[in-house]
Amino acid sequence: MNASNFINPFSIREDEGSFAGDFYTRNFERQARKDSIILNLGPQHPSTHGVLRVLVELDGEYVLRAEPVLGYLHRMHDKMGEVKTPYQYLPNMGRVDYLHPIAWNWAFVGAVERLASIEPPKRAEYLRIISCELNRISSHLLWWGAFVLDLGGVTPILYAFEEREMINDILQIITGSRLTMSYFRFGGVCADCDSRFIKLTKDFIPYLRERLKIYKALVTDNIILRRRLEGVGPMDTDICLRYGATGPVLRASGLSSDTRRNIPYSLYDNFEFAIPAGPSNDCFGRYLIRLFEIETSLQIIEQAIESLPDGPILIDKAPKANYKLPAGESYFAVEGARGQIGVHLVSDGGKNPYRVKLRSPGFSNLSLFAEAAKGTLLADAIAILGSLDLVIPEVDR
Amino acid sequence: MDLSIVSFVQIIVSVLLVIALMVANAVVMVYIERKMAGFIQRRPGPYEVGPYGTIQAVCDSMKLLAKQVFVPGNVDWLLYFLAPVTAFLPVLLLYLPIPFGPYLTAMNVDDGILLILAFAGLGVVSNLLAGWASNNKYGVLGAARAVSQSVAYEIPMIMALLSVVFLTGSLNLTEIVDSQGSWPWQWNIFAQPFAFFIYLVSLIGETNRAPFDLPEAESELTAGFHTEYSGMGFALFFLSEYANMLLVSFVCATFFLGGWKGPFLDGFWWTFIKAYAIMVFMVWIRWTFPRVRFDQLLNINWKWLLPLSILNLWLTAAILKILSKIY
Repeated sequence: MNASNFINPFSIREDEGSFAGDFYTRNFERQARKDSIILNLGPQHPSTHGVLRVLVELDGEYVLRAEPVLGYLHRMHDKMGEVKTPYQYLPNMGRVDYLHPIAWNWAFVGAVERLASIEPPKRAEYLRIISCELNRISSHLLWWGAFVLDLGGVTPILYAFEEREMINDILQIITGSRLTMSYFRFGGVCADCDSRFIKLTKDFIPYLRERLKIYKALVTDNIILRRRLEGVGPMDTDICLRYGATGPVLRASGLSSDTRRNIPYSLYDNFEFAIPAGPSNDCFGRYLIRLFEIETSLQIIEQAIESLPDGPILIDKAPKANYKLPAGESYFAVEGARGQIGVHLVSDGGKNPYRVKLRSPGFSNLSLFAEAAKGTLLADAIAILGSLDLVIPEVDR
Repeated sequence: MDLSIVSFVQIIVSVLLVIALMVANAVVMVYIERKMAGFIQRRPGPYEVGPYGTIQAVCDSMKLLAKQVFVPGNVDWLLYFLAPVTAFLPVLLLYLPIPFGPYLTAMNVDDGILLILAFAGLGVVSNLLAGWASNNKYGVLGAARAVSQSVAYEIPMIMALLSVVFLTGSLNLTEIVDSQGSWPWQWNIFAQPFAFFIYLVSLIGETNRAPFDLPEAESELTAGFHTEYSGMGFALFFLSEYANMLLVSFVCATFFLGGWKGPFLDGFWWTFIKAYAIMVFMVWIRWTFPRVRFDQLLNINWKWLLPLSILNLWLTAAILKILSKIY
């Protein structure tokens, strides 16, 4: 090779047509100002929670532009749905969002049940609600710890893990696993709960309420945390709706919207619980909404565990491994910890579904980031990213 | 000072002792910090290596020594290797005027605090060099933060110390200790509570500790100015960070807490007890609070600490003048 033609890929070249960086970087650089820094946050960065990559253009510490680059954890879950039978595909659902796997279980099982007109037994519905809400609490607790970690507070995540560990212990009794749970079956759930599960759950509810008071005193009321979050990254309802943001992000913007109420599924109509709409649409509002949702979930669990009916947990002729879906189309949406989870299922009557489309809330929520991060400080951009509660496997699917 | 053979030997011995103190301090502080962090976070902390994990820090430092010296591409070689050394070397000098005990001072110079403040200012040069030389954008951002933070926090720190110097009328650290009594109410902390508070806040900012650890904010800048350092380079930064912490704690103990003087029995143990109490306080703060934002950090300094310290200095001067007119 001619030495003069050799281009060192590690050298920083400011002129256009540089060979440094990949397609995204070069494309991003094209619109950059001459005197700005382009910084690659991620894919390996402590605050991007996994392998999210964010390209940011910085003027000093101010973010001029930000652009998330996705796909580092793309595992073709949509495609896998087309090449597997529904029964084989079911365990995949726990892997899409490892923090709230039960909601994804529910979304897929619900879509299949809706297509096949299966009605699960009442006890199964109650167990679904209890496990889903417990799982939502554990997801929110982990988010809480990780978010404060993004802000530089190292200790709270270890406190949050203590309760998360208890929830994992409880869920392990019925689901058999602690992370990628696959608890639901078409027409019910796979295992019944025992008296130990009920006792542990009943003990856990007052315990967590006590702990939440400590967290409020230790973290929520901390002046540094408040100054870091209040007024940072406001997202109004209009922009949330335009980008399709759901869940706590949308509720914090002031719209009391929840799939459990808007498109009622299962037996959620039987329970009393509030859908909070945020006091403020900034990072602190999103923080408060999630802490409030822990309380909401506790209320639902409390009611469900009191009125848990007896009966079977699976319908008699539950679909087996060789089950063929009837031809048709169905969509089922549930409220996950991060927002509306949707599964769109199209079947042509064959062994495998014709098409499976997964709607992940994290993907829509992340698309707000570029807009919200504009003009903020780098530390604020990190706070905004954290307040969206991203789970990258779910964003990339 | 005459350059006789005795004073030469004295300086060599004291420098060696200071190096020993620095290394021992780093080992002890790593253990204290990790154990305290463990207790604050409701976990045991290190407990596998040695009794109660006491040998853990020694093993960690062995590991750092044995690691490959990895140099990333396109760094400025000279500055890259100079930076950890410039972080480490000034700290050696800083310990010389510290009076550990009544007769335990390496160099009893008249302008002791001036020497300390002058060389403590050099610490930021190493951060700047490290961030710039490692050819890393996180490094540059961290270095820029380090410079503006260090400049900001040194001024109220000097103002706070100056108000004690006004009281004592001397820059000599031994004389400052001598002017205080053995019992806590005879210490300068009671004569100068505001100065003590200002100094306490700015020493956390000065040593880049959380919640003011912005130059190395790991959730924003991965590791800031020392992102590209590993092995021995990182170890030197680490060592000098702990040495700096100990130094500002010693200065705090000398200026505000009566130095070697304490209830019942005066001696060097009081200096160490007081200095380590301040270190433990810094560790406690670090593992409890989230990090402030950079503009907030500068606001705390320029809008609160600096006016407060100037006011305190002015009040001290005025009261001293009035008192001297009366008596």
